[in-house]
Amino acid sequence: MKFTKKILALGLSLMMGFGALTGCGGSGGSGGSGDTQSSQEEKTEDGGTAVVAGLICLHDENATYDQNFINGFKESCEAAGLKEGETYFISTDIPEGQECYEEAMNMVDRGCNLIFADSFGHEDYLIQAATENPEVQFCHATGTKAHTEGLDNYHNAFASIYMGRYLAGVAAGMKLNEMIEAGEFTEDEAKMGYVGAFTYAEVISGYTSFFLGAKSICPSVTMDVTFTGSWYDETKEKEGAQALIDGGCKLISQHADSMGAPTACENAGVPDVSYNGSTQDACPNTFLVSSRINWAPYYTYAMNAVKDGKAIDTDWVGSLDNESVLLSDVNEKVAAKGTAEKLEEVKKALIDGSTQVFDTKTFSVDGNVLDSYMADVDTDAEYQGDTEAIKDGAFQESVFRSAPYFDLKIDGINLLDTAM
Amino acid sequence: MHSKTHDKTPVFHISRRTGLPWQKALGIRFAGIVLALVVCGFITMAATGLNPISVYGTMIEGNFGTSRRIWMLLQNMSILLCISLALAPAFRMSFWNLGGDGQALMGALGAASCMILVGDRVPGGVLILLMVLASIACGMLWALIPAFFKANFGTNETLFTLMMNYVATQLVAYFIIRWEVPKGSGKIGIINQSSKAGWFPMIGGNKYLLNVLIVAVVTILVYVYMRYSKQGYELSVVGESEPTARYVGIKINHVVIRTMLLSGALCGVAGLLLVGGTDHTLTTTIIGGRGFTGVMVAWLARFNPIVMVATTFLLVFLQGGSSEITTIFGLNQSFGDIITGIILFFILGCDFFLNYKITRSKTGKEAA
Repeated sequence: MKFTKKILALGLSLMMGFGALTGCGGSGGSGGSGDTQSSQEEKTEDGGTAVVAGLICLHDENATYDQNFINGFKESCEAAGLKEGETYFISTDIPEGQECYEEAMNMVDRGCNLIFADSFGHEDYLIQAATENPEVQFCHATGTKAHTEGLDNYHNAFASIYMGRYLAGVAAGMKLNEMIEAGEFTEDEAKMGYVGAFTYAEVISGYTSFFLGAKSICPSVTMDVTFTGSWYDETKEKEGAQALIDGGCKLISQHADSMGAPTACENAGVPDVSYNGSTQDACPNTFLVSSRINWAPYYTYAMNAVKDGKAIDTDWVGSLDNESVLLSDVNEKVAAKGTAEKLEEVKKALIDGSTQVFDTKTFSVDGNVLDSYMADVDTDAEYQGDTEAIKDGAFQESVFRSAPYFDLKIDGINLLDTAM
Repeated sequence: MHSKTHDKTPVFHISRRTGLPWQKALGIRFAGIVLALVVCGFITMAATGLNPISVYGTMIEGNFGTSRRIWMLLQNMSILLCISLALAPAFRMSFWNLGGDGQALMGALGAASCMILVGDRVPGGVLILLMVLASIACGMLWALIPAFFKANFGTNETLFTLMMNYVATQLVAYFIIRWEVPKGSGKIGIINQSSKAGWFPMIGGNKYLLNVLIVAVVTILVYVYMRYSKQGYELSVVGESEPTARYVGIKINHVVIRTMLLSGALCGVAGLLLVGGTDHTLTTTIIGGRGFTGVMVAWLARFNPIVMVATTFLLVFLQGGSSEITTIFGLNQSFGDIITGIILFFILGCDFFLNYKITRSKTGKEAA
């Protein structure tokens, strides 16, 4: 009992001590918290609103996915003259749960008037924060709900990454053709492997466009897809890629965010198309090419909108044209001859619309050509299709909302471990 | 020959101390914290070049900077404290329940399943009652299984409860896939975001106050239970010495199962408060390892519920503070963990000096 009192007394005195310190800490100038209002009313020299931006990331810069956001964000912020820890903030390792809401509110406390989040599962929590802070703009990458929520300060953004994937697929197809010509395997054995995260539309759209790109060059190609059930799981991604290689896949690509698959490919000497940026430094002998979304154009666009007091698009889609969708340099050591030139040519055709990624003439579903498909564009618990997505002989991806909604299982792609 | 005996004599010797005056105990703890802050300060300067005072200021800012942050601190304390309170009676009984994470996760699953499956079919009050029952039942079940095997077959409860955490995680992962929105995304998101069915009522517009009040009441109840009730006494006797317990006629198996049911029920409540009170979602990481942090909270406080309030505060403060410094100073998340680790090391180190004293050996002096 005596001991108890001692510790209790200690605990209380500690708390008081901390409380007293807080009083000083507040004026200590460690951050702009608390004075949310004043920072929002601050004006820049040319009369615009001063931007204070925050970015919430699922992982830290060790995940290629998050690194891609962090780099783009820093680039845009530095270009706009913002300073880290003062007028822009990055929070990493924020799980897809209540923690995201709390961190968004922390960002508001720090004086942010423009808050970004990078992970799909952050969406609901960002919406919650947006509802409670109508004067702050919230921008969510990869989300699906902005067009149905009806909030003025909540926005989605994505990019036509399926075009980038298609281009990467073209490079893969050329590599396959080269290997066939070299007699490494026959046309019928031309099988690719793909490590996916979830059986979710964004992933399906990604691997299908990659496959169609390869098929446009190497018509006999097929593809096995394995899912890890996680956006970031280095071990599972590595094991998944190894299983695909063991299963006879001649070339690997991925939609998962770690170095797992590229590492497995480098170890096995199998060509690899990575995602979210070049892995050439770590995998010089197998890295072929990589597509990624460049978020800097979006960040700059949103910051300018806040500065000028203009509305941010509910759904913003970046394109090949405005450099939101980028392809890394081709690794000449691995790629087939003439790959870079071919990619330039296909890129032009994609931009001017003469080539459509999801041209219904180029794929079939259960042996049939697709002439109508109701896509699930408005997110609901029943997963019901609500929007006709086939128009002018092609599946219209990222038109009705920014995030992809192509979720068809086309012929030639074999899903290994799913109950879809 | 002479020098050999000289070498053998230890310069210091360690002895157990008793009856340490409280001023001295407080002094030792205070010295421990000051020392921890100084060491952290040096490491901060060496590793990052930042001014340690502004780092500490930011840690305080991160926890107390705004009234919302203070509420967050209280909310996080409530959940961690609730789980720690659940573990304390089992630990006092020398039953090493490392399954707090799993038991709380099952509680969360119980509550979330009610919200998802019957959320739109029953009135609000009935739904919340169902959630309370379901989460407590799920938590109890997850504690009962290892307790039953321990009581009847003498299985190792440490391993058993630990493994049950993984089973719970996988079970929750399965149901998340069953209830995922949108299809294929592997997440549930906020449950009943528009209808708010099963969301606990806010008190005066504050969504954290209810959780804080409930856990405050639970703290007092557990304190009274462990200190003044016959059952609380019985479990202490079992923990001190099973032969004694048997000799005075305590049914050990009975006490083990009863105490673990209590433990599981309280963990279930923690899961309930998270799902119904604040988070309104279900993820495999919703408990966030608090079943393990709770072990530290309970031990640091020697299983005393009132002292646990202070140890909970310490751990939640460090956590909140370290995440704030990583954002403000653009550091890696791991740096916050390093600071937290150092501070905890010194605080745990204090325990050694509270229980033992080091004295210079007199014999050594005499020999010289």
